Amino acid sequence: MTTPYLTVKNLSLVYGDSVIQHDLNFTINRGEIFIIMGGSGCGKSTLFMHLIGLMQPVKGEVFYGDESLWQAEPEARKRMLRRTGVLFQSGALLSSMTLFENVALPLTEHTHLDAERIRDIVAYKLALVGLAGFEGYYPAELSGGMQKRAGLSRAMALDPEILFFDEPSAGLDPITAQLMDDLIRNLRDHLGATIVMVTHELDSILGIGDNSIFLDTETKTIIASGPPQQLLRESKDPRVIRFLTRDAKLGRQAAPKKPDSVTCE
Amino acid sequence: MSDKIPCEIKVSRKENTLEAAFSGDWVLEAKLPPVQAGYDQFDSARTNDRLVFSTAGLGEWDSLLMTELIRLINHGATQGIKVDTTTLPAGIQGLLSLVYAVPERMDTRRPPDQTQGLAVLGNLALHVYKDFQVFMVFIGELAMSLFASVTGKAHFRPVDFWLNILECGPAALPIITVISVFIGLILAFVGAVQLGLFGAEIYIADMVGLGMSRDMGGLMAAIIMTGRTSATFAAELGSMQVNSEIDALKIMGFEPMTFLVLPRMLALILMLPLLCLYADFMGIAGGALVTVSFLDTSLTQYLDRTVAAVHLKDIAMGVVKCSVYGLLIALAGCLRGMQCGRSASAVGDATTSAVVTGIVFIVIADAVMTMICNRLGI
Repeated sequence: MTTPYLTVKNLSLVYGDSVIQHDLNFTINRGEIFIIMGGSGCGKSTLFMHLIGLMQPVKGEVFYGDESLWQAEPEARKRMLRRTGVLFQSGALLSSMTLFENVALPLTEHTHLDAERIRDIVAYKLALVGLAGFEGYYPAELSGGMQKRAGLSRAMALDPEILFFDEPSAGLDPITAQLMDDLIRNLRDHLGATIVMVTHELDSILGIGDNSIFLDTETKTIIASGPPQQLLRESKDPRVIRFLTRDAKLGRQAAPKKPDSVTCE
Repeated sequence: MSDKIPCEIKVSRKENTLEAAFSGDWVLEAKLPPVQAGYDQFDSARTNDRLVFSTAGLGEWDSLLMTELIRLINHGATQGIKVDTTTLPAGIQGLLSLVYAVPERMDTRRPPDQTQGLAVLGNLALHVYKDFQVFMVFIGELAMSLFASVTGKAHFRPVDFWLNILECGPAALPIITVISVFIGLILAFVGAVQLGLFGAEIYIADMVGLGMSRDMGGLMAAIIMTGRTSATFAAELGSMQVNSEIDALKIMGFEPMTFLVLPRMLALILMLPLLCLYADFMGIAGGALVTVSFLDTSLTQYLDRTVAAVHLKDIAMGVVKCSVYGLLIALAGCLRGMQCGRSASAVGDATTSAVVTGIVFIVIADAVMTMICNRLGI
């Protein structure tokens, strides 16, 4: 459980002349659910873009295992990123394609599988997220929660070792959001994948997070890190406490409790 | 990557128990398809048989193994075989429970669209009819919103109107200049060859002047503006539709017809006749360029001949025709934009459709109006 999968060293996030975050250092271990949290505008999404290779860091490094993402040759970088799956905030399904075509796209382009096998894999991936039989649908015909799940199923198409989620439960009702969290945890448990989540949903953070970092807007760096439950119990930093208790001044018990047991039906 | 052990599955029978034994690395990146043996055991399977799995020789696995398992389980289910998954590793069992947690929606599989022969023709006719209806409704709504803004019940923002004027007028001048000058050049060259046969090169001026002012100037301006501005309208309105911006405007109490469509339509309708006039003169200039530089004709002669040949009614006719084109292409652009669906490809379709509709309208209108003018002797 403690093999580092992704390591960030001295990373600074910069837009033009303005520094958004500086000197970020953290390690994401294999098989853990890692949470990147912080208030709106603190640079969570920008950090996310750096981790998945969409933005090149001005300063600092991102390591996948021992390999630096940006020191590597473009071919090697492509290979590294091939092992990652990303679920974007809005699902980012290709709207002109059916769900089948969306999920099958990476499989047909990046593997040598025959059509029948691809059909089965797509059916399996859609079934995993509870969308069995929805192959013929276009994204616009689905609800927001279904689009997110379909996006997740596409992110998993190539059996990635690490999955990135940008606000997976944003815009979902509490019950659907809870189902999404359960799904993420189930996938981690059964697939053994590493999961990185950018979120500010307290229920998700405290419910399924194994480890976390807290980005601060004022000091522009990480002000707390560790398992979210532990941060909630032990952190002395008023900014972290306010965030994790939704500014409930009365005390820490106001925060949502972690579900007792994990069930997968 | 190359040190993967080829994946294999063997099905064997012991009394009424079928055992499927997996071995090797079941991973997607394996180049070879799985080796399957003993699948014929399923043919003789009876209702009370059991299917168990053995994963003793299994190496790495991913979705490839899962799909094979699901195939077997589903296949077994259709034959009434009892499937026992308890011998599988916990991770696989967990994934299987997720897969079967939500039953497959059977009613959602759609048969592929297969319309054939005459049905295609019928659908096309229905489509054209429906399109015509939508077009009429659009014109009606447009007329109502125009009436409302004239009587002061509704209004659009003047800044939108002026921005559109800028976009439909001055911003289009460079491309109109280039195209019109070249059309004039081409007309003059073609004329020079034919008229030169009997030494009547001076009549190139007549040909270019009348050709540009009566027809070509307006036609070229309209076609350029279809590709340039009408397509922009469709793309703008279409992406606003995709982003729910039009819904947002409606909720805030703005009528999209008045707020978005009217300023665009008015700007294009007002600007196109002016562009037409400009194109006429640019075309004549292009003709003069050829005549003066390649033939034995002076600029004065050419201009003199042009003034004698081209009457005000010719120019007026071109401008009137072009006003009609302006109305039609503005309609095409805005209509297709407002009709746009809610996906990225729908915006593309709307833009294409706007240009195609616009050009079809222009050509039909041109033919009809030219015929009318002929009959009336204008």
